[in-house]
Amino acid sequence: MSTLVDSQDHNHDQHHTPKGFKRWLYTTNHKDIGSLYLIFSLTMFIVGGAMAMVIRAELFQPGLQLVDPHFFNQMTTVHGLIMVFGAVMPAFTGLANWMIPMMIGAPDMALPRMNNWSFWILPFAFSILLMSLFMEGGGPAFGWTFYAPLSTTYSNDNTALFVFAVHIMGISSIMGAINVIVTIVNLRAPGMTWMKLPLFVWTWLITAFLLIAVMPVLAGAVTMVLTDKYFGTSFFDAAGGGDPVMFQHIFWFFGHPEVYIMILPAFGIISTIVPTFSRKKLFGYASMVYATSSIALLSFVVWAHHMFTTGMPLAGELFFMYATMLISVPTGVKVFNWVATMWRGSITFEIPMLFSIAFIVLFTLGGFSGLMLAITPADFQYHDTYFVVAHFHYVLVTGAVFSIMAGAYYWLPKWTGHMFNITLAKWHFWLSLVSVNILFFPMHFVGLAGMPRRIPDYALQFADFNAIISIGGFAFGLSQLLFVVVVYKCARGGESVPDKVWEGAEGLEWEVASPAPYHTFSTPPEVK
Amino acid sequence: MKACHAVVSLFALLMSFGATSNSDYNMRKGVTDISQNVYQLHMTIFLICCVIGVIVFAVMFWALIHHRKSKGAIAAQFHESTKVEILWTAIPFIILVVMAIPATKTLIAMEDASKADLTIKVTGSQWKWHYEYMGHDVDFYSVLSTPREQMNDLEEKGEHYLLEVDKALVIPTGKKVRFLMTSDDVIHSWWVPDFAVKKDANPGFINEAWTNVNEAGIYRGQCAELCGKDHGFMPIVVDARAPEEFELWLAEAQIEKQQQAEASAALLDKTLSKEELMAVGEQVYMGYCAACHQPTGLGLPGVFPAMKGSALVQGDLKPHIDILLNGRPGTAMQAFGKQLSIKQIAGVITYKRNSWGNDTGEVIQPSQIQAEIDATKEKEQ
Amino acid sequence: MEHDALLKKLLLSAVAMFAFAFALVPLYDVFCDVTGLNGKPSMEVAEQSQKVLNSRMVDVSFTTHAQQSAPFAVKSQQYMVQVKPGEMTEVTFFAQNLSGSARVMQAVPSVSPGKAAKYLHKMACFCFDKQAFAPSEQLEFKLLFYVDTELPADVKELTLSYTVFDISDSVQANINAATVNSGAS
Repeated sequence: MSTLVDSQDHNHDQHHTPKGFKRWLYTTNHKDIGSLYLIFSLTMFIVGGAMAMVIRAELFQPGLQLVDPHFFNQMTTVHGLIMVFGAVMPAFTGLANWMIPMMIGAPDMALPRMNNWSFWILPFAFSILLMSLFMEGGGPAFGWTFYAPLSTTYSNDNTALFVFAVHIMGISSIMGAINVIVTIVNLRAPGMTWMKLPLFVWTWLITAFLLIAVMPVLAGAVTMVLTDKYFGTSFFDAAGGGDPVMFQHIFWFFGHPEVYIMILPAFGIISTIVPTFSRKKLFGYASMVYATSSIALLSFVVWAHHMFTTGMPLAGELFFMYATMLISVPTGVKVFNWVATMWRGSITFEIPMLFSIAFIVLFTLGGFSGLMLAITPADFQYHDTYFVVAHFHYVLVTGAVFSIMAGAYYWLPKWTGHMFNITLAKWHFWLSLVSVNILFFPMHFVGLAGMPRRIPDYALQFADFNAIISIGGFAFGLSQLLFVVVVYKCARGGESVPDKVWEGAEGLEWEVASPAPYHTFSTPPEVK
Repeated sequence: MKACHAVVSLFALLMSFGATSNSDYNMRKGVTDISQNVYQLHMTIFLICCVIGVIVFAVMFWALIHHRKSKGAIAAQFHESTKVEILWTAIPFIILVVMAIPATKTLIAMEDASKADLTIKVTGSQWKWHYEYMGHDVDFYSVLSTPREQMNDLEEKGEHYLLEVDKALVIPTGKKVRFLMTSDDVIHSWWVPDFAVKKDANPGFINEAWTNVNEAGIYRGQCAELCGKDHGFMPIVVDARAPEEFELWLAEAQIEKQQQAEASAALLDKTLSKEELMAVGEQVYMGYCAACHQPTGLGLPGVFPAMKGSALVQGDLKPHIDILLNGRPGTAMQAFGKQLSIKQIAGVITYKRNSWGNDTGEVIQPSQIQAEIDATKEKEQ
Repeated sequence: MEHDALLKKLLLSAVAMFAFAFALVPLYDVFCDVTGLNGKPSMEVAEQSQKVLNSRMVDVSFTTHAQQSAPFAVKSQQYMVQVKPGEMTEVTFFAQNLSGSARVMQAVPSVSPGKAAKYLHKMACFCFDKQAFAPSEQLEFKLLFYVDTELPADVKELTLSYTVFDISDSVQANINAATVNSGAS
């Protein structure tokens, strides 16, 4: 990422660039902004991870040892918010900023000044959120899903800060998504037709549409929480004719597409990396595009599968069960495609490939537990237990986060011009792989055995598994510090790499120099 | 990658253990026909997933092992095959349809709560459950009975740590029992794994669920929806008894309720000692108040007010009694007049006024509480 | 600028989706009315019942529930009544303000099973209006209702629940001006 420091050499031919902090504050360069996003995301990943460590430390053994339940609830809430809005989403936006223009042969993002804004409001959002933790009464303690009336009538006065923070995050995401769409639609190099777009670009395009469709709905939901709490409306208050369950419908109308916002770009990354190290074309490019689109469309009609226990008419339960099960079809198509791509390839196991293979296996496990959760009668038993926690961490940590790691290792040499320390990276991979499974796998068992989620203390029969989970958690948390070291060292120096870093890699990004110059494709390339 | 493989087989292995008994790492089979159906569904879908997983990963690992560059593999050039793609879209679809049939059947059975033999209204509140036997004039609160010392590691934890209550819900076996769920404040969720019943209790709305328990026994569950600070501390204990024993219990409960009313009346003429009131008060405070106001009386600044040094607690008696009886609308402060006896209220007020350095020296008698209740009634007449 | 048109469209979509979030509120109500999603019966005064169906009986049970901080005791005279679809039935509810101050009560009805909600017609109900109570006042309310003859055959019993809220704080209640007895005797 720090090539940016080096790459200043490349652009002194142009208008003079401010130095130091101002350079980063005023930058409109997609590579700079991409780096800012990625660094921010890594920082948030560490902050949110530290909160997870607090959670795991408290749950290490039964009894209340370290934090009181109110603070514990703040930790689970803010951990969720930070990881979703601060770590995973900005990481994907960072990758989009860096890679989309380079992949489609564009000189920059289409709306560079908006790009600057969409990044620079983010630190404010998270400062507000984090500062609320230190105020009297503490930060949000109602879960990242902020169900009313816990978040309205029964929350503390700092809820307004939470609402404003979410508003800013939403505005940032929407601006980022608009930028992605305009860039992809208007700035493709001549000859870069729709069905030639790299899959990462395709998945991001679809993601961007999802973002524009649902982030405003989230903004609406938090606005209603705000007015219910402070201005006497009763959207969610039964006393005034409202309905608390309606909150959940609105929230999950946003929330379920949001889940796919966090996984579709991951599909794009894996679909880029697997062919590279299999030295074989992606098996079904077109079907991947269609599968992604159908997942995106289906994501709008499955939201109530998060709410089976709220009391729904039978017809509703059946509809949402069937629709949810249906999603496994296009998701399966993707997994089959990756396997078919590897089949009879010429496979090597560089670090990005290791992460991708781990992604495919572990994401699929998460997919299986997702299918189990779709079966409504069984969901009554799984719902709000650690089984669900296991499910979404498999999908989001070994899914989204592993894909981000894979992408980072894949493109890091291109960004910096240096190969990262492979030994350290291998340690990072294997330690992460083992510890993440020690961390999340036993959660299936405690969940099935009946441990509810979001509790600071638990019955004795869950004690052994929780101790194991916590050990896995600490190990996984510490392993991620290795990643920070690898990235830092790679930015500072290392073995120089050729333009085409990976032998089997394809795409326009490998045709520019390594490290990627500050300005690329000022004249559009010709795509055959 | 071997590790992934090992993990997958471990999953399969552990889960197949679970299939044979009520284990600590698999879903409970439970004690109702429905819960057993649900368990079957769970195992079926799990096995289907395992089979698919084994096939897909076997193919993948075969490729990873045999189609390696280091083994001299040269990449084939094939891609896109409509036939294969139709096949791997259609087969999962068929599996899903097969899966959906038993799931639909079970779901339809679960949702039919009509013609119940007994209806119990379940009300969640922060952080306890209230049970009302509809049409039988029996109702009571069910509160966590695990002592605070156990949570704070000052005492050894009991066998049913955090899964025990002062008064269990008693239901008859072999009868259809319907539950009507609602809530007093935020959303709670009533869950007993052995019945496969989990239903949200929404404030202002009612929800239905039902069960028909086959075996007598004690069944434990917990609140499953985050409901604030002590969400982890509102367990559910159900005591299922043979119908005759249940009838006996119900009759006793009705008598007990009457006796309690009479005992309260008798209290009015008595003067209780400060020691007795303080003892009652401490018990009530720890059970009902300490969750918010903390055992130290310091509260949680900005969330729950402190009792220590509070102007209300040390000031006039009347507003203090009033807030205990009637609560404060729009806050977590509940109207305890409905939950506690006059003796308990007298005790807890005495306790608050003489603890943590609050030093009023006042001793409040149950008759004073009753007088306060009567005073509001008289005003009307 | 070449990007302006697209930018405008996308911004407009975002704004439209924000508005859509609020449009979900009335949409949800309509959706609930049609499907009985949340079991909320109509808050409008129903029309007279047209015919009575003698062929079947429906059990209607009542339960009331005062929110913790709502100092009211509300109880129906009967726990359950058996009615024929279309038959008008009157049930008395006794309500009392347990506090020593003037309070305003709002009752919110809910029906279980939810799909029966739209077949329960109320011609008079204390839930239609806010009810003002003098300190410790006792009031009697009459609920006049009938079950629609179209009630699906598989619904053999239904429960009407009232949750009672204390809304004194949100309503600047003026006891003298309040409509103490509208919709009740």
